[in-house]
Amino acid sequence: MQMSQAETVDTRPSVPQAADGSSGTQSVVRDVSGNKLRTRQLRAFFGKAEVLRGIDLEFPERKVTAIIGPSGCGKSTFIRCLNRMHEVVPSATCTGEALLDGKDIFRMDPVRLRREVGMVFQKPNPFPTMSIRDNVLAGLRLNGIKVADPDALVEKSLRQVAMWDEVKDRLGRSGMSLSGGQQQRLCIARTIAMQPKVILMDEPCSALDPIATARVEELIHELRDSYTIVIVTHNMQQAARVAHFTAFFYMGELVERGETKEIFTRPSQQRTEDYITGRFG
Amino acid sequence: MSRSVRTRSLVDRAVTVLCVAATALAIVPLFSVLYYVAARGLGGVNLAFFTELPAPVGEVGGGAANAIIGSLELVGLACLIGIPPGILAGVYLAEYGNSKLGQLVRFSADVMAGVPSITVGLFVYSLVVLSTGHFSAYAGGLALAIIMLPTVTRTTEELLRLVPEALREAALGLGVAKWRTTVSILLRTALPGVATGVMLAIARVFGETAPLLFTSFSNRYWAESLNEPTASLPVQIFTYAVSPYEDWHRQAWAAALLLVVFILVLNVSARLLVRPRV
Repeated sequence: MQMSQAETVDTRPSVPQAADGSSGTQSVVRDVSGNKLRTRQLRAFFGKAEVLRGIDLEFPERKVTAIIGPSGCGKSTFIRCLNRMHEVVPSATCTGEALLDGKDIFRMDPVRLRREVGMVFQKPNPFPTMSIRDNVLAGLRLNGIKVADPDALVEKSLRQVAMWDEVKDRLGRSGMSLSGGQQQRLCIARTIAMQPKVILMDEPCSALDPIATARVEELIHELRDSYTIVIVTHNMQQAARVAHFTAFFYMGELVERGETKEIFTRPSQQRTEDYITGRFG
Repeated sequence: MSRSVRTRSLVDRAVTVLCVAATALAIVPLFSVLYYVAARGLGGVNLAFFTELPAPVGEVGGGAANAIIGSLELVGLACLIGIPPGILAGVYLAEYGNSKLGQLVRFSADVMAGVPSITVGLFVYSLVVLSTGHFSAYAGGLALAIIMLPTVTRTTEELLRLVPEALREAALGLGVAKWRTTVSILLRTALPGVATGVMLAIARVFGETAPLLFTSFSNRYWAESLNEPTASLPVQIFTYAVSPYEDWHRQAWAAALLLVVFILVLNVSARLLVRPRV
């Protein structure tokens, strides 16, 4: 895998953090602790409405972290902050800190950030005017990045999402000719082809049938050795199946976060227990 | 219970019949115009019509070669002048159109779309023809471009807005810059619709007569350059149709048929070109 970011710990003091000299050293501590991504007092707003009320959360490298919680608790907004897609919506703003390898993402160019923090959306969204092959290459091509061996990259990416054998004979067909589950795996392949550091998944299975869901979950299992994954899900069984860590959000706040097993068997907060046992939400 | 089901299915059938009838009613004039133009026009179509200049007044024969080429030149100029700013303005309206300026541009486009074409002709006449001192293809092309502009702008805007938000997010989420997302994803996805809008605009100006009367005027000979009075099919049709000569009437019908065929071909080829891949 290309994911050697753990070794290349980013300790560059040149990170523009004039106001806060301490964060440079803190970032080193975080990297040693194995956190790829970490947020501190992350707040998000739509206009004046505060939808995230100061989230402190960490995402260990090459682990899957699931975010669960009832509708409207801010979990989608939260991960959209992590690649700054939140700001794309007019009137949406956010404050606080989010560090990727110790670097504040809010000081990065959002376009560059999104190449490192890829995203898979709720509904499969392959580009309808492109072939399957071009969809896989879309991120690189549209960024003007030259690919030395596009065929190899297409094959590798599609193999990683276990789709190569299904589509190798029709790479020239439109991405829209695939089933919903295949389209979603194509979107994951498109994200992987960019070789991101982190993959954000916003309810990636909610538009899929159970069989397609199972395949995407298998895929997450395989990807988790290579990527840091954050997955938002409504489905608690899914969180239990795929995630190392689980965070429970409620009303824009992080209620608790811990190892998935702990959260589902011995939650420390009453609200978490109420939610996972189905008493509300 | 069963009665209400029967009533509903009766109503259902009645509405279906009504819709079919209304569709037929809308199609009848279209096909009767096509039929009438074809029936009257075919008689005037021959090789000379496509290859020869108009015959001197009073003589039978001759063709409309200069008007055919002239029309193509005028519409080509109009496309060159009108389509790029039209599409760019449409992109602006779709992407940033909620600002004050955007609202102003949208309002102006809507007003412009309603301006009678003869007014556009007079405007270009006073702007270009009076200042250069002569009629020209440039002036005609500019007049047609101004007529195309609002249609192109508004269709581009509407069609860009129809592109699902999910595709914009997909591209931005891959770290694609905003301008690139707009061009390569949004505009590309909307292309069939935008092309159709452009074709409609072209089809409209192809048949415009009034603005050309004061701008490109007409010419019974070949224009030496785009800076000279230029013949066009609509003006030719107008001149010939109001003339007292039987042969000119025949040629006017033939020119009308040719116009209709041009427009049909434009539409069909646009659709074939941008047909979605499966």
